[in-house]
Amino acid sequence: MTQTRAEIAPILARTRRAPKEVLQDLLPKIVLAPSFALILVFVYGFIVFTGFLSFSGSKLLPDFSTWVGFDNYVRLFKHPNWIVSLKNLAIFSVLYIVICSVIGLALAIFLDQKIRGEGLLRPIYLYPMALSFIVTGVAWKWFLDPGIGLEHAMHQLGWASFSFRWIKQGDMAIYTIVIAAIWQSSGFVMAMFLAGLRGVDNEIIKAAQIDGASTVMIYRRIIIPLMRPVFLSAFVVLAHLAIKSYDLVVAMTDGGPGTATWTPALFMTKFTFGRNEMGMGAASAIIMLMMIFAIIVPYLYSELGQKK
Amino acid sequence: MSAASQDVATRNGIFARAAIYAVLILFAVYYLLPLYVMLVNSLKPLDEIRHGNMLALPHEWTIAPWLSAWSTAQIGVSPTGLKPYFLNSVMMVVPAVAISTILGALNGYVLTKWRFRGDTVVFGMMLLACFIPFQIVLIPSARILGLLHLAGTVPGLVLIHAIYGLGFTTLFFRNYYEAFPTELVRAAQIDGASFFQIFRRILLPSSAPIIVVTVIWQFTNIWNDFLFGSSFSSVDSIPLTVALNNLVNSSTGVKEYNVHFAGAILAALPTLIVYIVSGRYFVRGLMAGAVKG
Repeated sequence: MTQTRAEIAPILARTRRAPKEVLQDLLPKIVLAPSFALILVFVYGFIVFTGFLSFSGSKLLPDFSTWVGFDNYVRLFKHPNWIVSLKNLAIFSVLYIVICSVIGLALAIFLDQKIRGEGLLRPIYLYPMALSFIVTGVAWKWFLDPGIGLEHAMHQLGWASFSFRWIKQGDMAIYTIVIAAIWQSSGFVMAMFLAGLRGVDNEIIKAAQIDGASTVMIYRRIIIPLMRPVFLSAFVVLAHLAIKSYDLVVAMTDGGPGTATWTPALFMTKFTFGRNEMGMGAASAIIMLMMIFAIIVPYLYSELGQKK
Repeated sequence: MSAASQDVATRNGIFARAAIYAVLILFAVYYLLPLYVMLVNSLKPLDEIRHGNMLALPHEWTIAPWLSAWSTAQIGVSPTGLKPYFLNSVMMVVPAVAISTILGALNGYVLTKWRFRGDTVVFGMMLLACFIPFQIVLIPSARILGLLHLAGTVPGLVLIHAIYGLGFTTLFFRNYYEAFPTELVRAAQIDGASFFQIFRRILLPSSAPIIVVTVIWQFTNIWNDFLFGSSFSSVDSIPLTVALNNLVNSSTGVKEYNVHFAGAILAALPTLIVYIVSGRYFVRGLMAGAVKG
């Protein structure tokens, strides 16, 4: 008991405080606690739960009595449906990300040329983002249906040889989903790029113009390189949407014809709830989570880091 | 927001400008085409869709498909139309949006104005929760809902949507309150204002824009959700998106395309109206969701 007065003072001060003040100090944490607890349980706890499931022999219901090690993962990566799902995800995400970015950037640059009617065009490009993927799916499913949609319409107009039946062809159906997904998201990418373009410093461009750079050159050498952060944000948003893509596939093809348009998200629900392969379903969900974290975590880390 | 790059524009030739307008209009057609197809075909008799041209205007205008989609179309086992499911969606969306927005506002307030050790970690964990693929929580969520006796009910869906919306609502409010002068909060504290008084009297009055952004974002996401709706609902609690999918993809009976289109527009209408009325806030929400930190 050789504490000095200086050490004791704060302890005394703390003990002397009225309970009401203590409550005021704790209140912010008490307010935040329920939300944080819910996230801890419903997000992180559930991830751990699903992680355990993926090593269990669960079939119809969670079953923690039989452990199978990495067996679910081994079976997953040997299963032709999962391989098809991964292949489709690769095709879908590459085309979706690249084409959305190209269309988004092009439309943003074009809209930025003192266009009359920009106020009318912008909302037209963006409204699909407000729709449910199910609605988008219904619209495109019937529009691309050879029996009543585009092909039928062209035949009615007299172009008898016109043929567009990708949605019925196993090898092409995934591309119809790409078309619909691009329709839904490219306007949003346009809005991101437009905001980026409007934030470019005027002085740099004036200087380049004085040096005699052409319009195309200014865009290629100065403005587009300045859009790097926007490209990154667009990539992260589109990539994580691609990995999660589920509703649109269900509405348009429900995975068909056959298994031609399965994606990992579809695989997870079909195997877990349709085929009573909960262990494999959990394993596929863990792989999806790892893919998303591989993209999101470094991004969030750098975004949060910059702030400090 | 200076119109910086627009200065480049003025030097384009007339042909270049014509080409730019052509491309822009072409894309406007691309974006409007599916909506046009849905609209005109929802106003045609079924025969006209089968034998006619999907791109043509109706010869014979009819609102029968709309009436059918709303109140008599066969969905699942019962010929109820989309009406009861529309109501399910409303009863699911309103409380879920309210709860997640209120909690998000309080969280944002604490995380910016009452900072404590480890608050960045707490925020980081909540932020990361925005992006998880929901497949990862499907199985345990179904278990929990069962344990709480909420499986297959609207309150169960409310709970799920409210919880998984918390990350985004907290993000929105945190970023907004970050820019709010902390001195005002400290001054009020010295004057003896309590935690909730400060929130109600000082922060809340200037929070209207972010509340609008958050409500729109949550409303659009929850209204449009399909995964949770299809996993956790039973006959009495099926939300509209799931009912629409059942209507369109039912394998029995004649495919009534005109009814499907009318139903799709009905399902899209609430979010479309929100977008048309307050597009500015809608876009701001999208951007805030995309450009984090």
